Amino acid sequence: MTALREVAVVGAGAAGLHAAEALRRAGYDGRLTLIGAEDEPPYDRPPLSKHLLDGQWQPDRLALRSPDALAELRLDLRLGVPAERLDRQARTVHLADGHQVRCQAVVLATGVRPRRLPGAEAPLPGAHVLRTLADALALREELRPGTRLLVAGGGLLGAEAAATAVGLGAEVVWLVSAAAPLAAVLGAETAALLTGLHREHGVRIHRGTAAAVVRRRGRAAGVRLADGSELAADAVLMAIGSEPATEWLAGSGVPLDAGGGVACDAHCAAGPGVWAAGDAASWPDPRTGRRRRLEQRTNATEQALHAARNLLAGPDGARQAYAPVPYLWTDQYGLRIQAFGSPGTADRFELVDGSPADHRFAAACLHRGRVTGAVGIACARALRQLRAQVAAHAPWPPADPVTRQTADHAPARLS
Amino acid sequence: MLVQIDQEKCCGAGHCVLAAPDVFDQRDEDGIVVLLDARPPAELHQAVQDAAAVCPAAAIQLDQAPDRA
Repeated sequence: MTALREVAVVGAGAAGLHAAEALRRAGYDGRLTLIGAEDEPPYDRPPLSKHLLDGQWQPDRLALRSPDALAELRLDLRLGVPAERLDRQARTVHLADGHQVRCQAVVLATGVRPRRLPGAEAPLPGAHVLRTLADALALREELRPGTRLLVAGGGLLGAEAAATAVGLGAEVVWLVSAAAPLAAVLGAETAALLTGLHREHGVRIHRGTAAAVVRRRGRAAGVRLADGSELAADAVLMAIGSEPATEWLAGSGVPLDAGGGVACDAHCAAGPGVWAAGDAASWPDPRTGRRRRLEQRTNATEQALHAARNLLAGPDGARQAYAPVPYLWTDQYGLRIQAFGSPGTADRFELVDGSPADHRFAAACLHRGRVTGAVGIACARALRQLRAQVAAHAPWPPADPVTRQTADHAPARLS
Repeated sequence: MLVQIDQEKCCGAGHCVLAAPDVFDQRDEDGIVVLLDARPPAELHQAVQDAAAVCPAAAIQLDQAPDRA
């Protein structure tokens, strides 16, 4: 391999940090620039809708690495400076502050940006999104007993924020467009359990589609729905999905997919010297051939490690295809729901332990007779044992019960 | 090597158990990490470093200094 002396990582979230760290761990000793649009050193986002929002944690707990551990990475750390343009020919990243970073290889890890509703495309008091630490602190500021919070969006982020807010005494309306919110992510059984808990705790679930934020006296005052009706609120959280933060790559020649994600090959590469990882990166799933992009915390880490490994592997031979077993978790009402694979697309739900009614279960989620997902609560061991079957898309029931027992302890590569 | 875990940060992914089952386990009730061996033998150090690197919650801290014990 020609000597690699200059690598830039654009995006200083989990994916960017892990890419940089993996490069150093693998022995890369050259210049390593980590570029982040936010002011904070790399921090963890999942707590933003959980313990940061409910006030149990202060921002310093979110740091992904201690100052000492960061210093050991010998980074040229450029925080608070968005990347503005990538010149692939000149191998240069142009930053918003006018600086240029030369690099022989670049890892794109700029993540996603929350969608906003018409009426609140620009910052508006009372209209919130939840992606950054600043977003979470602004929302936390509004959540008081009696605050009427409208959460628009039936995904995990909206569900977690609704649960946290109602726990703080807010009056929460959760606006969802699907008949069974969360079912597309977690499967119908787990989704039903969770929506039941939301109702028990006082969240009012309203079915409808948000069309715009209603403004009154310079503030968000609610949401207008697609059917023309309005829901009044003191504050609105827009949790209606995200878009890859890739517009700065326009004209760079880096391929983007239909959704705006960086269109990587199976090895996390998006052209010579260009790599991508995290929420913004899509890649062809080796099993289905279909392009996937995962906005999941664990994927950010695993894909970043993978991209870094392939980057250092050089042009021929040793690159490996990225074939993760996706993992996600969500904390709501004191329960931790954990899932591997894609429980949301299953057509059968096979309990292997416990029962949803007891808030303690592990289940295999089958699609056409194969294990394509697993979901559970408070059954970590049984769930972990299902992981190997999710990875293999194993037929159900397992042919050899002994395999089930030992799969857990088999040597494992995570990606 | 000294291994430290932060059970409050742990998200229960179990990646550490997959990477280094002799050093990490999970509580069954919530999947939270349990440290089996805070001073693992040298032959496990690579696996423990892998576990710390893949932890999605940055809940594993390693003190790489040579063991004083």
